[in-house]
Amino acid sequence: MADGTGGGETIMATSEIAHAHAAPQGFIRKYVFSLDHKIIGIQYFFLALTAVWVGMILSLLMRIHLIWPDANLPLIGHIQPETYLSLLTMHGTIMVFFVLTTAPQGGFGNYFLPIQIGAPDMAFPVLNMLSFWTTFVAFVVMIAAFFVTGGAPLHGWTGYPPLSAIQSTGPGEGLGADLWITSIAIFCAASLMGALNFITTTLDLRAKGMSLMRMPLTVWSWFITAILGLLAFGVLLSAGILLLMDRNLGTSFYIPLVVVNGQVMGHRGGSPLLWQHLFWFFGHPEVYIAILPGMGVASQLLSTFSRKPIFGYRAMVYAMLAIGFLGFMVWGHHMFMSGMSPWSAFAFSILTMCIGVPSAIKTFNWLGTLWRGNVRLYTPMLFAIGFVSLFVSGGLSGPFLAQPTLDIPLHDTYFVVGHFHLIMGVAAIFGIFAATYYWVPKMFGRMMNETLGKLHFWFTFIGTYAIFMPMHYLGMAGHPRRYSQLTEVAYLHPLIPLQRFISIAAFITIGAQVIFVLNLFWSIFRGPKASDNPWEATTLEWSTSTPPPHDNFGGHTPVVHNGPYEYGVPGADRDFVMQADPAISPHPAH
Amino acid sequence: MATLSPNLAVRPPRTRDTGGDPPSYGGGGNGNQRGGNESSDYGGRLRRARLGLVVGLTAVVMLFMGFTSALLVRRGLPTFDQQTNTYSRDWIPIRLPWTLIVINTAVLLASSVTIELARRDISRQMALAPVRSIPGVSLGDESRFPWLGSTVVLGLGFLVGQFLVFRVLQQQHAFLNRNPSNSFAYLLLGTHALHLAGGVIALIYAAATTWLNRPVEARRIVIDVTAWYWHFMAFLWMYIFVILLIAR
Repeated sequence: MADGTGGGETIMATSEIAHAHAAPQGFIRKYVFSLDHKIIGIQYFFLALTAVWVGMILSLLMRIHLIWPDANLPLIGHIQPETYLSLLTMHGTIMVFFVLTTAPQGGFGNYFLPIQIGAPDMAFPVLNMLSFWTTFVAFVVMIAAFFVTGGAPLHGWTGYPPLSAIQSTGPGEGLGADLWITSIAIFCAASLMGALNFITTTLDLRAKGMSLMRMPLTVWSWFITAILGLLAFGVLLSAGILLLMDRNLGTSFYIPLVVVNGQVMGHRGGSPLLWQHLFWFFGHPEVYIAILPGMGVASQLLSTFSRKPIFGYRAMVYAMLAIGFLGFMVWGHHMFMSGMSPWSAFAFSILTMCIGVPSAIKTFNWLGTLWRGNVRLYTPMLFAIGFVSLFVSGGLSGPFLAQPTLDIPLHDTYFVVGHFHLIMGVAAIFGIFAATYYWVPKMFGRMMNETLGKLHFWFTFIGTYAIFMPMHYLGMAGHPRRYSQLTEVAYLHPLIPLQRFISIAAFITIGAQVIFVLNLFWSIFRGPKASDNPWEATTLEWSTSTPPPHDNFGGHTPVVHNGPYEYGVPGADRDFVMQADPAISPHPAH
Repeated sequence: MATLSPNLAVRPPRTRDTGGDPPSYGGGGNGNQRGGNESSDYGGRLRRARLGLVVGLTAVVMLFMGFTSALLVRRGLPTFDQQTNTYSRDWIPIRLPWTLIVINTAVLLASSVTIELARRDISRQMALAPVRSIPGVSLGDESRFPWLGSTVVLGLGFLVGQFLVFRVLQQQHAFLNRNPSNSFAYLLLGTHALHLAGGVIALIYAAATTWLNRPVEARRIVIDVTAWYWHFMAFLWMYIFVILLIAR
């Protein structure tokens, strides 16, 4: 092992280790239908990278259309209002499911959770492989919606009926919408398989000494995210099945008596609100499914690059648990506009405010970790600090929207677009970027270029603020969201310059992502070789070789003696003590 | 030749070990790990499989909780009547063929008993495997009742029975889209049948492992986990039965 690795006690692993499988031979078994969690993690990562470019191109088209509505674009031509709605729907869906859910959990979680707990693989490797390929099929089905008659659906990523439940409501609501729901249902099945694996692995495959309170906060975040996924995706699946039945079998779960294009439909008695309840029971935990892994990564990196133990480890764990728990009780705050009882709205409002408490605990603990730290501003650290910044900026508008009296005027405006993009979209993406710059050296054995990384950071950091902060102002000025055409509404005319500014900021920010992709691929193949522990970090993935061998620890299983963030330990011969190093204090694991 | 009765009270193998040499895995802890100290880590694999099943069943519970909450909400919804310009409830309780359903229920419960006996049988086989391998030792009459096969037959019988329920409903013109009560009955019966069919496939796979001479440990894990899954399906069916009885 190279520099900085622990020389602690290890246990010889025998060939009979639980689920160990032999290193595969041949390209197909090694790189395509691989059972190795590391390869599967990389597959998830590149699937998400593909998806994020699709999602970004869709947003680019929307931003072009908003400021140049008459533009005749190559391949697409003139964007019609319904095309704009299709772009909006697919952008949201692809970003939420195939990027924000897939990259942090499926990608980095798959790759690093087993290594960080000292396991040779996931508990159920075959299920893990199935989970990835099911996700892949879901993505293919989703993309197929673009190419069928009528094109992609119009109903937004939230799929509200009756628009989404009747085939004749719009050009994309035929086969395109069926494919959309089918894709979501397949994705649910894949996520449930993944969640099953994550939970079982965390509970059952931790190495000796890796008590729950010695787990890195990344592992905690993936574990809690898996629990949220397990409880949420089953409900979304049930909602999706009912929607498919309404659309294709003539049932009336969600559809009341409606008239479409002058024709009375055969449905009656259903309630669109039923879908909203079921959807948001999934949808709000989904926000935390997207952001919790980012919190874990930010905690890990802020501690590592401040050379200080994380401030309040236990508080961080309990705060994540509290966020996950409360996340299941607040779905109604997405429905203040639905005409719900003011008493219900009051309850949902208070519970939503409560989430501010664990969120504030996390934020202050991150700041406490940075305080007087020996901060090393490498690119991953910049993105981790950026995550905290975006989490605070996006989060602060949450308590505004949590109040029904404020939400009702702001709900259908750009204020909400700005809010959820900062907190759920960009913050989570910054977590993914931080993880990428931090772990690519371990995954591929090559360092990423720091200069390009910092350039990428500053463009993206300033760019995303330039895009999403003005949207709050647009919202307060009454600018409705989801509208494809702004030029024909008089009161929106003064806001068009701001929309133009946002679009230009978006073009520059999207362009800056080319720097990231070039840096990533150039580094993977041509970057300087990474040592086993280039960041002088403490968790178990840095105790093994770079990249890790097939069984993660080269025939050995680490024994954990220390907590995950032992930096600046008094009396130690260097400023960090790895988890697998000999115990630094007589205190046993908590 | 020494003989040993297979009916000896043999405790099933422990699935949770608390001592022995430091095992490789098993949930961290302060150095006192759980996990199999068996050379094949069989106990650890069984424990993991059972844990995975519990987690997986949680997802099934959430699926049916989604359906149940939808049923309860939909059942109480008023609908607008065009003729009278008033709101009324459109929920007309479905007329289910209860005799057939009760027979199906009995078949499913019987299959739950047979799979439990299959689970105990394979557990006993595993416990006696080391004895059987001693040269000159016979376990006496080893012919056993095919509990696994019986379960597959009963499981398929239940599925056929549920299919007959659908047929009866069709003959009564109680179609899926005729009324929300019908929709939910079809949905709950159908989704449960699909899940049970998954269990039947798992059992056929377990039987195939017997023919393929897979190690008894691998077979036991499949049968054990499928048995608990099957019991859960029986429990789930009873839940659906009660829902259909009181809230159809």
